[in-house]
Amino acid sequence: MLDNHEIRSQFPFFSHSDFIYLDNGATTQKPQCVIDALCHFYNFNNANVHRGVSQLASNTTQMYEQVRSKLATHCAVKPDQIVWTKGATEAINLVVSSIDKHIEPNDIIVVSALEHHANLVPWQELCKRTGAELRVLPINQQGVLNITASLNMISSLKPKLVAVTHASNALGNILPIEQLIDAAKNVNAITLVDGAQAMQHLKPNLDTLNSDFYVLSAHKMFGPTGVGALIAKPHSLALLDTYQTGGEMIEQVSFSSSQYRQGNARFEAGTPNIAGVIGFGAALDFLNSEAMNLQRSYEESLYQYTIEQLKKIDGVTLYGDLENNIGTVSFNYKDEHHLDVATLLDQSGIVVRSGNHCTQPLMNLLGVAGTIRVSLSCYNSYEDIDKFIFALKQAIELLD
Amino acid sequence: MTEQYLNLKQNFISKNAWQDKYRDIMLLGKQLPKLPNELKIDNAKVHGCESNVWLYIDFDESEERLVVSADSDTRIVKGLIFIICSMVNGLTIDEFKRINIQSEFESLGLIQHLSPSRGNGILAIAQKISDFAIQNS
Repeated sequence: MLDNHEIRSQFPFFSHSDFIYLDNGATTQKPQCVIDALCHFYNFNNANVHRGVSQLASNTTQMYEQVRSKLATHCAVKPDQIVWTKGATEAINLVVSSIDKHIEPNDIIVVSALEHHANLVPWQELCKRTGAELRVLPINQQGVLNITASLNMISSLKPKLVAVTHASNALGNILPIEQLIDAAKNVNAITLVDGAQAMQHLKPNLDTLNSDFYVLSAHKMFGPTGVGALIAKPHSLALLDTYQTGGEMIEQVSFSSSQYRQGNARFEAGTPNIAGVIGFGAALDFLNSEAMNLQRSYEESLYQYTIEQLKKIDGVTLYGDLENNIGTVSFNYKDEHHLDVATLLDQSGIVVRSGNHCTQPLMNLLGVAGTIRVSLSCYNSYEDIDKFIFALKQAIELLD
Repeated sequence: MTEQYLNLKQNFISKNAWQDKYRDIMLLGKQLPKLPNELKIDNAKVHGCESNVWLYIDFDESEERLVVSADSDTRIVKGLIFIICSMVNGLTIDEFKRINIQSEFESLGLIQHLSPSRGNGILAIAQKISDFAIQNS
């Protein structure tokens, strides 16, 4: 059995708190190095970036831009392919608000049935504006994407744009995005992958993945809240109209007109979240540290252990792809309301998520109002799972 | 306050273990009169709840005493609704104004259910009854 003690000990939350934290799909805890980087920045390096000749400003700019390079290395892209945003939601909205000129009435936009509202509602808005039509890649009863039907759908509908999640936030399924993107590219569709959930667990190679856009949120991968990124293929940013205007993104300004900068700088108006980006840099160091080498296999065995323990309880229904999964377990107990189960779990200090997980259409397809979601991370222990199972059994005793 | 509520409160305060409290809440939920399906309409829904909650607030025949009826699809919320109903039903507006739902939930040890981060609708129910009282005083 792999041991994660070295990883867990880097997270001060666990030495201060008795909560059993199993809500990592919502946000992860932060390692000491991230907290230190934030404090260190405000203590010693606070200055605005990309302006001023002072050594202070230039050091800070260097620190800030180094994180862009770190993220680029992490994903196998070039730094100028990265646009900082405040999160994955903003990165999706950036693309959606800047792509109108490529979408015509009756064009088809495809998403999967597993999308978070953040990768669904903005596209609905785009359809409303442009007269395009939204179509949905199908799943089976268990909540697993029907890949054959999906590939057929993409090749026959010839959509103008395909937006899919890398991993489902509600069920944890890892989607076969390589196949979906290849199919989309075969019909010349613009593509976007929502990596908000996947980035914590997987290390996608965005050089070989042929998607125009990939989005992420730092706070779901051990970094601070308020930072995210849009990662684009070198030619893909040029597809987008200017998003927000203001300082930073301009080349020349007069009272009558302005010229904008090229490349990723055109999308970074205003002072960015400097502290957040620097904190994110520390999170990337943590993700790439030696202690994390066995992260994936540890998480996979912990996930299997959780599934096994839940399957032993009569009346538990599990949803989603139990083979290809980032470590998120979605379940219900008999026909008990998820909120009742979660309220009782909360009494035992178990932090899980209950509800529709911002995926109402998916819950409708599964025929449930919601589920209880346990989302694991590298610092969770077998003991956490045992405590959760004990608490669940206690809840069941009260409900039965 | 009604005798029913005062008894319930006494019983609740005597229970220390959360397991006993929640067993009681769910038993109270079973006693909550069901709303007929034709009254479970969208217009009666309390918004922002993770569970469905339907709420009706009115006066009884005397036209001065509160009648709150509500239903939910979750057992714990039903129980909490039962507690609120037994707290306020039969009170005049003046009598209602003298009670404080917040501090009652505090003494019951259930204050967490009135926190805005809970999507269970109990806070919204309490607010709607207070709004009704203000509009009708």
